[in-house]
Amino acid sequence: MDTGKKPARKPSDAASPASAARRKFINSVAAAAGGGCLLALGAGLYAKSASALPAQALRPPGALPESDFLAACVRCGLCVRDCPYDTLHLADLGDPVVTGTPYFTAREVPCEMCEDIPCVKACPTGALDRSLTDINKAQMGLAALVDHESCLNFLGLRCDVCYRVCPVIDKAITLETQHNPRSDRHAMLLPTVHSDACTGCGKCEKSCVLPVAAIKVFPRQLAQGALPAHYRKGWEEKARHGGSLIGDQVELPVRGFEGPTAGRAATETVVAPTGPAPAPAAPATPPPPAKAAGGINSHWKP
Amino acid sequence: MATTTISSAKPADAACAPARSLWQRQRWLILRRTSQLLILLAFLAGPWFGVWLVKGNLSSSLTLGVLPLTDPLLVLQTLVTGHLPYSSALIGAAIVLGFYLLVGGRIFCSWVCPVNVVTDAAAWSRRRLGIKTGRVPDAATRYWLLGGLLVAAAVTGSLAWEWVNPVSLLHRGLIFGMGGGLFVIAGIFLYDLLVASRGWCGHLCPMGAFYGLLGRKALVRVSASKRAACDDCMDCFAVCPEPQVIRPALKQVGQESPLILASDCTTCGRCIDVCDKQVFKMTHRFDQRSE
Repeated sequence: MDTGKKPARKPSDAASPASAARRKFINSVAAAAGGGCLLALGAGLYAKSASALPAQALRPPGALPESDFLAACVRCGLCVRDCPYDTLHLADLGDPVVTGTPYFTAREVPCEMCEDIPCVKACPTGALDRSLTDINKAQMGLAALVDHESCLNFLGLRCDVCYRVCPVIDKAITLETQHNPRSDRHAMLLPTVHSDACTGCGKCEKSCVLPVAAIKVFPRQLAQGALPAHYRKGWEEKARHGGSLIGDQVELPVRGFEGPTAGRAATETVVAPTGPAPAPAAPATPPPPAKAAGGINSHWKP
Repeated sequence: MATTTISSAKPADAACAPARSLWQRQRWLILRRTSQLLILLAFLAGPWFGVWLVKGNLSSSLTLGVLPLTDPLLVLQTLVTGHLPYSSALIGAAIVLGFYLLVGGRIFCSWVCPVNVVTDAAAWSRRRLGIKTGRVPDAATRYWLLGGLLVAAAVTGSLAWEWVNPVSLLHRGLIFGMGGGLFVIAGIFLYDLLVASRGWCGHLCPMGAFYGLLGRKALVRVSASKRAACDDCMDCFAVCPEPQVIRPALKQVGQESPLILASDCTTCGRCIDVCDKQVFKMTHRFDQRSE
């Protein structure tokens, strides 16, 4: 060890074995340091670039926010082992999810929302937060009815399957009645997701009867928008304070709702459709004023 | 006891009298492989046979529902990112830390780690095929890598090394199913075979570096107690995954003690197996006897 420290001090002895040994040592240390740092940096950058959760991968209940989760999860798979429904998987290298971390795909096996939440109890590091004790408060993801064109309820049918299977039925998914403008005499009962109650368990996506689900569950940050922090909803503020905060407002006259052309710009003239298209069966040109008087009627028909 | 000679074994061995039995020549290797296999089987008994001895993997596990064990390097990385794990992970890491501090740091490498089987196979193939090519990185690279992965964890705020760590990748893959991870393992095999002799375990692996640091004062040691009998056949140097550790003990370079004290020694005992003069033996740190 440390041979030749003294001989190497002689400036004339540039070609001495000690100096060569020192040069070799410095070279090898530099190479090792460079190589080591490069490798670690490469791994770090790779980790950084690929750390976004893909749209169809959901974390187990109680998972910390993704960036904290990736710091806390040691990829041991204890949550996977304690899941009684084989919902969870550990990602492999090459999967779109961070290597070794647990996730599930709603369309394959959704979360059954066990009341005792065994996966959270199994986690040794707190990547799954044990402060989650009520599975109904889990936020694994958020369902969104993404395809209004294929959802059977949007077509006017009564499928309702996603609504029926929802473990938080009538809170996370409600059926909202709407007029069916196509038939003009039926209702559409539209499955509507409420973010305050949806746990993201994925049962709706799993049970959607279509070959490709019209309702899908996404990680929350993908599925949810956000209002600017300074926005206040007037009606909420009013209710909270028992009255308007800015006093009475000036009543302005409402124009444009007087005649049979209600709802249209004054310059627009209402005429019967001309040209090759046959006139629709319903009353064409200016509808009787009696009907229009009931409210805003744009006379739009699909 | 009558010695059995196996003619199919290495002909070079046959020249060295007295011939030793297969067990004598392979004892520590067999014990080591048994240990590695049993540890793996303990994890696999659950998914394969429904007998849940150990759940999880080497990163963190729960044995018989009571004993938590956690990789201390992983917990260290987690702490570096700023996350304080639950007590079960901390207790598990403390138990593992205590064990390797006391018994022997790199005993993990040779008796537990599944990658060891891969790199041993590569080293064996390299010897058998007579491959001498390649360029070996500096053995200190692993310490730089160890520092680098801690820095990477702090900077990225995530367990960056776990994205590529072949040790956890292989062990997790064997237990939970493997796909892309196989390429990394194949890469390590080819690297050790063609590029650098003992390149991964002996020069690069930061986990090995970490356990090496842990085991600096550990108890279980190999001793060259009969070093006077050494006939300089070099068999131990050829087979040792960290050949530099043998010389101080065997040739009394810089130390009087016959004990192999270098923390790089994985305590694999392969030198004991291959030495026909039976120079080496497995012993403890305070056994200074030499003949």
